[in-house]
Amino acid sequence: MSTAVGLSQAPRTKPATMAQALQRALRDSLAEDPSVHVMGEDVGALGGVFRITDGLAKEFGEDRVTDTPLAEAGILGAAVGMAMYGLRPVVEMQFDAFAYPAFEQLISHVAKMRNRTKGAMSLPLTIRVPYGGGIGGVEHHSDSSEAYYIATPGLHVVTPATVEDAYGLLRASIASDDPVIFLEPKRLYWSKDSWNPEAPTSVEPIGRAVVRRRGRSATLLTYGPSVPVCMEAAEAAQAEGWDLEVVDLRSLVPFDDETVCASVRRTGRAVVVHESGGFGGPGGEIAARVTERCFHHLEAPVLRVAGFDIPYPPPMLERHHLPGVDRILDAVARLQWESQGGVG
Amino acid sequence: MSTRTEHGTPVMEQRGVHQPTPPPAWKPRTDPAPLLPDPEPYRVLGTSAADKADSALLLKLYGELVRGRRYNAQATALTKQGRLAVYPSTTGQEAAEVAAALVLQEQDWLFPSYRDTLAAVARGLDPVQALGLLRGDWHTGYDPYEHRIAPLSTPLATQLPHAVGLAHAARLKGDDVVALAMVGDGGTSEGDFHEALNFAAVWKAPVVFLVQNNGFAISVPLAKQTAAPSLAHKAVGYGMPGRLVDGNDAAAVHEVLSEAVRNARAGHGPTLVEAVTYRMDAHTNADDATRYRDDAEVETWRAHDPIALMERELTGRGLLDDERVKAVRDSAEEFAAALRQGMNADPVLDPMDLFTHVYAQQTTQLREQAEQLRAELEAEQER
Repeated sequence: MSTAVGLSQAPRTKPATMAQALQRALRDSLAEDPSVHVMGEDVGALGGVFRITDGLAKEFGEDRVTDTPLAEAGILGAAVGMAMYGLRPVVEMQFDAFAYPAFEQLISHVAKMRNRTKGAMSLPLTIRVPYGGGIGGVEHHSDSSEAYYIATPGLHVVTPATVEDAYGLLRASIASDDPVIFLEPKRLYWSKDSWNPEAPTSVEPIGRAVVRRRGRSATLLTYGPSVPVCMEAAEAAQAEGWDLEVVDLRSLVPFDDETVCASVRRTGRAVVVHESGGFGGPGGEIAARVTERCFHHLEAPVLRVAGFDIPYPPPMLERHHLPGVDRILDAVARLQWESQGGVG
Repeated sequence: MSTRTEHGTPVMEQRGVHQPTPPPAWKPRTDPAPLLPDPEPYRVLGTSAADKADSALLLKLYGELVRGRRYNAQATALTKQGRLAVYPSTTGQEAAEVAAALVLQEQDWLFPSYRDTLAAVARGLDPVQALGLLRGDWHTGYDPYEHRIAPLSTPLATQLPHAVGLAHAARLKGDDVVALAMVGDGGTSEGDFHEALNFAAVWKAPVVFLVQNNGFAISVPLAKQTAAPSLAHKAVGYGMPGRLVDGNDAAAVHEVLSEAVRNARAGHGPTLVEAVTYRMDAHTNADDATRYRDDAEVETWRAHDPIALMERELTGRGLLDDERVKAVRDSAEEFAAALRQGMNADPVLDPMDLFTHVYAQQTTQLREQAEQLRAELEAEQER
């Protein structure tokens, strides 16, 4: 089981899981703003299949935390109507692949409503989507669906990698007047970090990447479930003489060109790492942006380490699909170090 | 794993020990009021039910019908003059369109489909704004909050769950708001129709679903759309009443919709109303209806025209003479002239608006692209 990455230098507090931080973010949002409503399949008495909404229906009542019929287009469509009337719905899609029936609502209405009404009607919706693999899930439970979302103008797309960010980014997403796709790396749900769930203070602004590890040799650009893998790879790379920087993008839309380019200009080399397939995946866009903006600082082409361009594998084969430390280090090794006359 | 008794021997291996009980009692709910629609579409005009109809209401409906017919003709003419990109006409369907608007109170919400600009206009929306989408200057030509009219929805039936959510939200807030959502016969085949009706019934949301069965989904007739006895029958499966009404009988549509709105307002939940009507024109000005239907069929419906039905009733009551007819038609002409004038003015468009409303929190990427367009516009002006 991987662990979330904690660089916070705050006073040591007891360990908390990402699941607890997300639950706390929902609870605080519900408590602070009566227009916030949580809705989805099994979010009530059960507390969600991942228990993220645990106890919320009991605390806030079924009108605020609502078990809906099992129909994702209906859930999101109804949430659109609720948002039209001034509520701030937080929708839970049970799994990445179960969100697909809601795509017409998402693409034709959620993403466009503000624009088509010239700003008269905004939809402050948060759509939580547990995503990604690595949990031994059977078919339709492990998709990395972020490429679909980032290709849709009008949506913000956010994904945390740490316990602290899970809280801060979810609070910010719920507070945002834009619709936000909040991608939860489900294999990090039970990852722990030192975080004080009794006194969470930081609400991260959406759209800022963060450097998780400083380094000189090359930059790993990554997000969500791949952040801990990259941190592990960066540790392992030290043995090879590479001092890798790791940038956690946190938000795919808006994209933080500034932080990303500042890092790549410093190191001169970059590898994009994600679980999503490479062809048409976010890595292609990121590599292009970096190349367009940092060309004269680059010592090597920007490389991508992504999931293969295959349907998500069955659980007994998924380890071959997911980008791991070795595949990342192989990519780092191909960053034309010979041009410097030696290794990093 | 097998269940074990307290002695540790598996139940299945102890013959006679396991005593099955009868299943818990469950039977389908029996509804106090029948959910099934009437066997025939409900009619008022030309029947004994007309005796109860209020003359002032009939006169009001008549004026709206005539103005609606003129509106359809004018909008169609505007497509020929290049002032509208496209117009899906509701000629022949004016009764359902105007009744839908008139049964709502000011605080209520209307959820129209792309064909329902007439309903929006009858609710008070400026026709030039109502036609903004079809003119092509912006996707929604009006502020939805001004008259509580949701944006015209082009993807079929997708606006229905919005109506449910909005009505549900209003009820949670304790507000007296009913949502009336409009859809066509083709739209009832969409998944969102099913999901919206199901959510509405489960949540007992104050919603009225109005299906205008105008016979065709572009070219596909109802028989290829559904095997249901009627579209109103679909209500039963969701646990809400279905009502079947003559969609060309404005008094009947008004009465049935009013009752549905009343029930919704009183907390009795949603109703599905099927108004049986006919699309006299082609799907849009770009369509050719002769490829899929006979003129003879159109003529049988022309004999059941909503305006003629109302004129007969009003004339019988001695409420309609030549002078009154002329006054109503003159008023419709004035309305059409104002619409023509409004549409003849070229809209003033700012291309920079393309970037202004995508997000509340603008992204740096869009700021960069906006700058690019601004530079292109400046270069254009300098040429």
